Parts: sequence; C-alpha cells; structure tokens
Amino acid sequence: MTVSIIYSVLLLTSLGIIAAIILYVVSKKFYVYEDPLITEVEEILPAANCAGCGSPGCRSFAEKLVSTEDISDLFCPVGGNDVMESIANLLGKEVTKKDPTVAVLLCQGSCDMRPKTTQFQGPDSCAISALVFSGETDCQYGCLGKGDCVDACLFDAMYMDKDTGLPVIITDKCTSCGACVEACPKNIIEMRPKNKRDLKIYVGCMNEDKGGIAKRACAVACIGCSKCFDICPKDAITMENNLAYIDAQLCTLCRKCVDVCPTHSIVETNFPPRKKKPISTITKGKKIDSPSKEKYIDKKVKAIVEPLKSNNDA
Amino acid sequence: MLKTFPKGGIHPPENKITASKPIKRLDPPKVVYVPISQHIGIPSKIIVERKEKVTIGQIIAKSGGYVSSNIHSPVAGTVTKLDKIFDSSGYKKQCIVIRTDLKDQSNFELIDSPLKTDIQLSKKDILQHITDYGIVGLGGATFPSHVKLNIKKDKHIDCLIINGVECEPYLTADHRLMLEKAEEILVGIEILMFALHIDKAIIGIENNKKNAIANFKELTKNNDKIQVAALKIKYPQGSEKQLVRALLKREVPKNGLPLDVGVIVHNVGTIFAIYEAVQYNKPLTERVVTVTGKTIKDPSNFWVKIGTPVIDLINEVGGLPEDTRKILNGGPMMGKAIKNTDVPVAKGTSGILVISKEEAERKKCTNCIRCNECVFVCPMGLEPYLLMNLTEKKMYETALNEDITTCIECGSCSYVCPSHRPLLDYIRFGKSIIKTLEIAKDKK
Repeated sequence: MTVSIIYSVLLLTSLGIIAAIILYVVSKKFYVYEDPLITEVEEILPAANCAGCGSPGCRSFAEKLVSTEDISDLFCPVGGNDVMESIANLLGKEVTKKDPTVAVLLCQGSCDMRPKTTQFQGPDSCAISALVFSGETDCQYGCLGKGDCVDACLFDAMYMDKDTGLPVIITDKCTSCGACVEACPKNIIEMRPKNKRDLKIYVGCMNEDKGGIAKRACAVACIGCSKCFDICPKDAITMENNLAYIDAQLCTLCRKCVDVCPTHSIVETNFPPRKKKPISTITKGKKIDSPSKEKYIDKKVKAIVEPLKSNNDA
Repeated sequence: MLKTFPKGGIHPPENKITASKPIKRLDPPKVVYVPISQHIGIPSKIIVERKEKVTIGQIIAKSGGYVSSNIHSPVAGTVTKLDKIFDSSGYKKQCIVIRTDLKDQSNFELIDSPLKTDIQLSKKDILQHITDYGIVGLGGATFPSHVKLNIKKDKHIDCLIINGVECEPYLTADHRLMLEKAEEILVGIEILMFALHIDKAIIGIENNKKNAIANFKELTKNNDKIQVAALKIKYPQGSEKQLVRALLKREVPKNGLPLDVGVIVHNVGTIFAIYEAVQYNKPLTERVVTVTGKTIKDPSNFWVKIGTPVIDLINEVGGLPEDTRKILNGGPMMGKAIKNTDVPVAKGTSGILVISKEEAERKKCTNCIRCNECVFVCPMGLEPYLLMNLTEKKMYETALNEDITTCIECGSCSYVCPSHRPLLDYIRFGKSIIKTLEIAKDKK
C-alpha cells in the first residue's frame, strides 16, 4: 500500500522535473529578444487602440517608436504632447510638438435650415447612401445624417442630435484620433486647433455651389459673397469655389467675420455673450429681432396717435 | 427546349404594358440639358460657349480620351448656360443647356429615312463613323462602341451576338424597335459583320416577344449567316456573360470580356444607331424610351431627344400620379431612382418607370435565416449573404477572395430574400471600397 503511494509520488515528481528541464531548454533555445523599452513605451501610451497614429494599435505603435530612429513624424493624437514628451525622454529621441486639435463639423444644415427633398430607404449608412445619390436634401456637399461618424467614434465623443439630424461633437471627450474624418464620405469633418477655452471660429459649410443655388438648398449655406474676406484684418480667410475658409493659424478670433456674414454660416463657439450693440450696427448683418422691432413700431405708433388724441380732446 | 443560362436567375412579373404601343415621336422640348458624362470613361470636353448658336447634330462636346465619346447637339438652338445640374447619377454634373429655336424648321423634320441596304463605306470608314458619331452601348452600360469594336489582332472573333433580350420587367423599348425597324437592324448587323470579318450572327430574343422573333425569322429566311434564337424567359439574361453562355455555351472568364471567348455582343438599339450613323451620317442624339408604370394613365414608347427633362415625358403620358413615390431611370430591377423630375434623359436611359407609394415601400430588414435562396438565384455563382456580411464587418480582403468583384449587380438576391436584407446595397458598397483600395495600391 505505502509502496504504491511512494511509486506514484516519485513518478509524478520525476515527470515534473523532466518537463521542467524540457521547458527550460526550449525557452533558452528559442528565446526571442524583445526590447523591454517596447513594453515601457506601451505603458505610457493611452491604450486606446484607436489607430489615430496610423498604426493598427498601441503595441505596434510602441514598436514603431522604438525601432525608428527619427520619430519626429510620429504622433499620438490621443495622448498629445505630454505623452509624446515622456516617450521622448524615455527613448532619448526628439519629438515635434503639435497643437491639440479637435474635430469640427463643417455643416449646419439642420432639418429646418435645409429641407429634405427626397428620401433614402436603404441601409442606415452614409457611405452606402453616398454611392447612390448626393443626399436627401438639395445640397450635395452637406451632412447625410446617417451617423457613420458616430459609429466610428471609439470615445463616445459624438452623438446624433435628433432635432437637427446632425452629429454633435463633445469637445471634452474628443481625442482627435481622426476616425470620424475618415468615416465621413462627404469630408465635412475637419480637425481644428483647440485652445484653452475652446474658442473656435470656422465656416460651417462646404457648399461650393453659386450663391443662389446654395441658398435655395440651405438657409445657412456659405454663398461666397466675400464679405468676411473683405473685413478680415489678418487675411486669414481665403475664397475658393464660392466658399470661404478660415485659416485657424492666422485667425485672431476677432469675430468681425461672424457679424458680417449674411447667412450666419460662420460659427463661433464658447465665446461669452456679447454686449448689446446699438440697432444700427446690428441691422447691417443680422435681422432685427422681432421683440425689438415691435417696440420700435410701438413707439412710432404712440408718437403719431398721442398727438392726435390730444387734438381731439381739445 | 428553349436555350437559357444554367446558373441562377429569377422570373419577376413581366408587366410589359407598353408592348403594343408604337413608338411615338415627340415635339422637340423647349430646353435640353445635355450631360457631358453620358458614357463610361472620361467625360467629354465642352467645345461650345455661352450664347453660341448650334445646329442639330453639331458636336458640342469632344471625346476626352480613348474610352470616351463625342456628344452632339440634339436640337437646333442657342446654348444658354453651362451649368451643373442633377443627372441620373444622383449628383450634380456638368451639363450643356440649350434652348430650342422653335422657328428652326430642322427641329421638326421627320427623320424617318427610307431603308438603305447597300454598304458604300470601307471597313475603316465604318469604324471611323461609329467613333465620330458618338455611338455608345444603348443597353444601359453606355460603353463607347468604338472601343468594343477595336479588336486587337491576336483575338479571333467568330460570332456577333445581337442582344434583343430585354429581360427587365416593364421595358419595351428594344421590343418596339425590333418590330418597327427590323430591316434597318438587319442592315446594321451586316455592316458590323462586314467591318469585323465575322460570318455568323445570332439575334437572341426572349420568348415573351413572339412577334419580334417571328418577324426576324421571316426576314432572315434566305440569309443563313444570321440566326434568330428564342430564349427562355429568365432574368438577368440580358447581361452579356449570361447571354453568351445561353446562346453558345461558352463561359466568359472571371473579370474577362466576351471578346476573350471570340464573341462580340451588341444591343439592338446600338445596332440601329450604328445603321443610322453609317448610312445616313446621323449622330446619336435620340433614343427610344419607355415611359411606364402601373399608375400612369397612358404609358407609351417614345423617340426622345437626349437631354429632354423627365418631366416632359411624364406630362406626355398624362402627368405625374399623386401617390408617386419613386421615379426610376431604367427598369425596376437595375434602374436607379432619380433625384428630381428635371433630370435629363441620357444615352443610357432605356425607360422611365413611375412607382407608387405601395410598390416602393421597402420592407423591414430582419435577420438572415440561412435559407440559401440568394445563393440559388445568383447568376454568377456567388454567395450574396456571405459577401454582405463580409462587407458589413469590413473584411474586404476576404470578400475579394470570394469574388465580390464579379457581381453584375442584377439584384436577384435582394429580390428573393425572404428577410428583405439589403444584400445588393452592401455588395455594391464593398465593390466600391475594393476599387478605391486597389487604386490606392496601384498609386503606391
């Protein structure tokens, strides 16, 4: 009885020892050297695996960072400058600093502004509907509203606004990985620099049609009138194909172009509310708001009616 | 037993309501919008200017390269605009807008000329005429005909196939043309046989056009070079590859052309256009269009000038019914819905089909039940359910290995799917992605 127990214990122990020796020999013989730096770099990277850098994932990007000599072209948009700097310190290489960017939708054609003239019944995908036609509205440059960009976003930084039919970008969550830019078949998402208070001024339209045609298709389309181009003190605005474009590097956020735009196609974000301006300057660019208009008319009526009344009384 | 292709195919309701309506000639439209990309290949280059006077048949846009075609003015009048308007692709494309001069008598002359049987031109001149007069394939693909007819010396062609199948439901344009212009079509066939040194031609017609078959059989009684073959009614028999297989039992290789098996296929409409170009120096400026639909008052076939807005044709057949949901450019299977009623008729428009709300509604898509119906009906022997899934999961390489590029986009799979899955939408999308990926690869 005891002998059989001893035998089995001995047998299993020796089997274990033999297996250990084989494993040891194999692990030494077939050892693959891997730079420990790769793992270290990978730990610094944000582990989002979003492919915003151009590599399929964070691990392969780490390998690329370690293996290439000059890493000044490589950049992790999600981690930004901090991550790239700490990687540069670790590897002893130099990186270029890039301004943080954020995705911006260059279309304001909501359901009220851009009436639908046709209806697409196929699968819910911008890319598929773009194969068949130019979109449900008469504007062939604007948002198709099927949400391919929202599906592409890995960071929950986008959602579809049901009232406007347009995607909304949550700037705080956007990591500027560029997945939405690639997913959009109309190329209406742009990466624009992000400053501390997230102040941005951009032309929210991509319509290259002539003014009249653009305006008929969408109330907030850029009609290519060049008013913003004329007023810009820094020459940051260029006009091409009946469309204005604001260069974010040159723009000083003076907001003169916003005031002057007749179709309100220039968007300003997160600016503090303006001081009230005298009517004469507002009417230049914008319509008079209806309450103030009423007041204005009321005053006029009073001015005419009251003297008449006093005359009658007399 | 009637001939047909062996693999797949469906038989949708025919609905050929205009089969007995003769082709009517319309008054010239007030304004024509002539798109400059009416053919496959490079768009033509505009050579007229604003306010320029043009005559009927004058070249207004020159061929932009080898795979391209000349475009001629369909009316006499004045060029008013060079503008971008929505065409049948669903996008705004460059168009030449011409206002018709209603006093110009040449707009109203009857162009039905007497039959001219003797061929006077040399072989080289015939091919030159086809190039110059802007002939493109009128079956729907609009491939420039001169490219198809320019055969390299190492290829041997022994048979010309004339495609009179018209397998699309509703459309009767080719059917009426075969009845009314049969003799001209036969001369056209002889012109091509003479120019290309072919001694055998087969006219393939589906068996639902019995009067056209009988008519051709009667006319070719004493001609043993031209045969007439009746085909079993099956969609998509009008596709080149399926037609070659049905008539000659030759299999066109994957990604190949009928040329690779010694065959040239031409549509009857193209043959008639070639006849007119060679015998009467007439450019391709008009074509037969079927305007039809179940809700249309008086559906009919018309000789339509290229560039006529669709709304003019619809007004001609009794106006747009109130419950219209879709207007298709082409037949119900392969036709494409147009964006608005100002879209012009192009060289590839074989029919205008008005579809009511009831018929147009897409049914709700549910899960694939693995019934295999799409695999049974695919004429190319593909597995549509698999290709759709691969495209949806972005596995384009695998889809390419599964021969997604050989799909002819006939839509049989979507037609039979009991779960109403948008198979063709996804396959077409996958094909376009693979095409762009391949272009990107070539550039590298």
